[in-house]
Amino acid sequence: MGRLEIAPIVEVVREVHHTSTFRFRASFDGKPGQFVMVWIPGRDEVPMALSYLGELKGITVRAYGEATKALMGFKPGDLIGVRGPYGNTFRLEGKRVLCVAGGVGIASLIAPIEAFHEAGAEVSTVLAARTADELIFEERTEAAGEVHLATDDGSRGFHGFAPALAKKVMDAHRFDMVAACGPEAMMKAVVDHCRTKGVPCQASLERFMKCGIGICDACVLDDWLVCRDGPVFTGEQLAESHDFGKFRRDESGRRIPL
Amino acid sequence: MADVSTEVAGIKLRNPTMLASGFLDETGGTLLRVFKAGAGAVVTKSIGPEPRAGYDNPTIVELEGGMLNSMGLPNPGIEAFGSEAKIALDGGAVVVGSVFGKDPDEYAAVAKTLAGYGVHGIELNLSCPHAKGLGTEIAQIPEAVREFTAAVKAKVGVPVMPKLSPNVSNIADFAQAAEDGGADAVVAINTLRAMAIAPELRMPILANKYGGLSGPAIRPVGVRCVYEIHEAVDVPIVGVGGVETGRDALEYIMAGASAVQIGTALATRGLSVFADVTAEIAAFLEAQKVKHLADLVGAAHG
Repeated sequence: MGRLEIAPIVEVVREVHHTSTFRFRASFDGKPGQFVMVWIPGRDEVPMALSYLGELKGITVRAYGEATKALMGFKPGDLIGVRGPYGNTFRLEGKRVLCVAGGVGIASLIAPIEAFHEAGAEVSTVLAARTADELIFEERTEAAGEVHLATDDGSRGFHGFAPALAKKVMDAHRFDMVAACGPEAMMKAVVDHCRTKGVPCQASLERFMKCGIGICDACVLDDWLVCRDGPVFTGEQLAESHDFGKFRRDESGRRIPL
Repeated sequence: MADVSTEVAGIKLRNPTMLASGFLDETGGTLLRVFKAGAGAVVTKSIGPEPRAGYDNPTIVELEGGMLNSMGLPNPGIEAFGSEAKIALDGGAVVVGSVFGKDPDEYAAVAKTLAGYGVHGIELNLSCPHAKGLGTEIAQIPEAVREFTAAVKAKVGVPVMPKLSPNVSNIADFAQAAEDGGADAVVAINTLRAMAIAPELRMPILANKYGGLSGPAIRPVGVRCVYEIHEAVDVPIVGVGGVETGRDALEYIMAGASAVQIGTALATRGLSVFADVTAEIAAFLEAQKVKHLADLVGAAHG
């Protein structure tokens, strides 16, 4: 099992407003797409994708709830708890790969983007955010391949949502793999389009999570456990899902609309 | 092929492995998935009268010999759970519904509704070691165990099996009280009240501070409890606590259990643990030339 490690934060990088990267060391490894459970002492423990792998790991966090807002005040030397790594990984298959990242979804996708690139694939990334000043990891995605920017308000790049730009890019080029992470409606649109075009795809999902190790049943998507069977699911799996893009579970386990 | 089927208070099981309450059992889809993966029966999350979010995270701490948890009885509530139970039951699963509440009437009402959904038996969570004010302290008073069991028995027709706490000085007294209350079987043991502290932070890790210890570390305690209960009462026993292998299950069976429950081992052996433990038991029976698992129940009592 993955024992909790208490780790000092080594470095904090403010990426954009309300979103920062926290670097720490841990004794465990991590693969592209995997996540860790991060304990913000006295507040909460939350699942976070590894945005940096290797010895000096990183999580990239958007201030969303009370705990993540509290984390924004953490400085180098402050202690967090980490356990993991958990979940499956993105399958690094494909020679011509399109990655579609919406908002802070790039935190889950940046390590896979770099891994696809290192594995020799030709990588294109649709990097989308609400506004120009909310785009994250632009340099890192550029270093791994071609980047297509999109903003909801048109302040930079394509004026519109990520799936619309992804469709345009897919019309112009042939891809043999698509990887996506972002708001679920975005991922649903991307996966549906890939299914229509017959392009293999995979997406990293998020659900309310407690244990992280496949025992508590909090994070179910249909009868899959997002923490252990996922968080990365294939287009084929998601096409069969009754929950994907439609339902989630609340903290009590009730199935409610997304 | 050795016969690994068993029976608990009239509930027929194709093998003696049951999913322990609290694990992969809040939703119908996963209950059915666990049954299809090989469990002889599945026990639901403890269901109460109303939806309950449970405690904040951290709710689990992974340890070398097991795990601490303090989930805080999250559940969708008896009404919403109906559609989940239906998925598992329609799929053919043998389902035991676990219930909790604040008093005998609540336990009885939830159990009655669950029985109405079609579950094959009722487990009474009388022993959650970390949820205050929910009737779970009754695990400390034998007379309360008798009273709660009797209240549920009066309302349901399916077998009723109270789950007993090991956090008492003489668990056999509680098994006796359950039997006096009309229990059709008893389940032992629930988790041991426990705590883990992060030294660097000088604070308990669990948000609720206290939790319940499960996993291999508590198996010898569970085996001892089942052994003591078997000496004290006549009703069947379901053994639970740290079962990871066929040999572990056989310890419980020889102490007196007719079936075992498995939970924490899901983290180490995955969903195949039920089929694997069953196969390991079967291999043992073949090697020992024992035809029926039932012949080994209580075998350690000489």
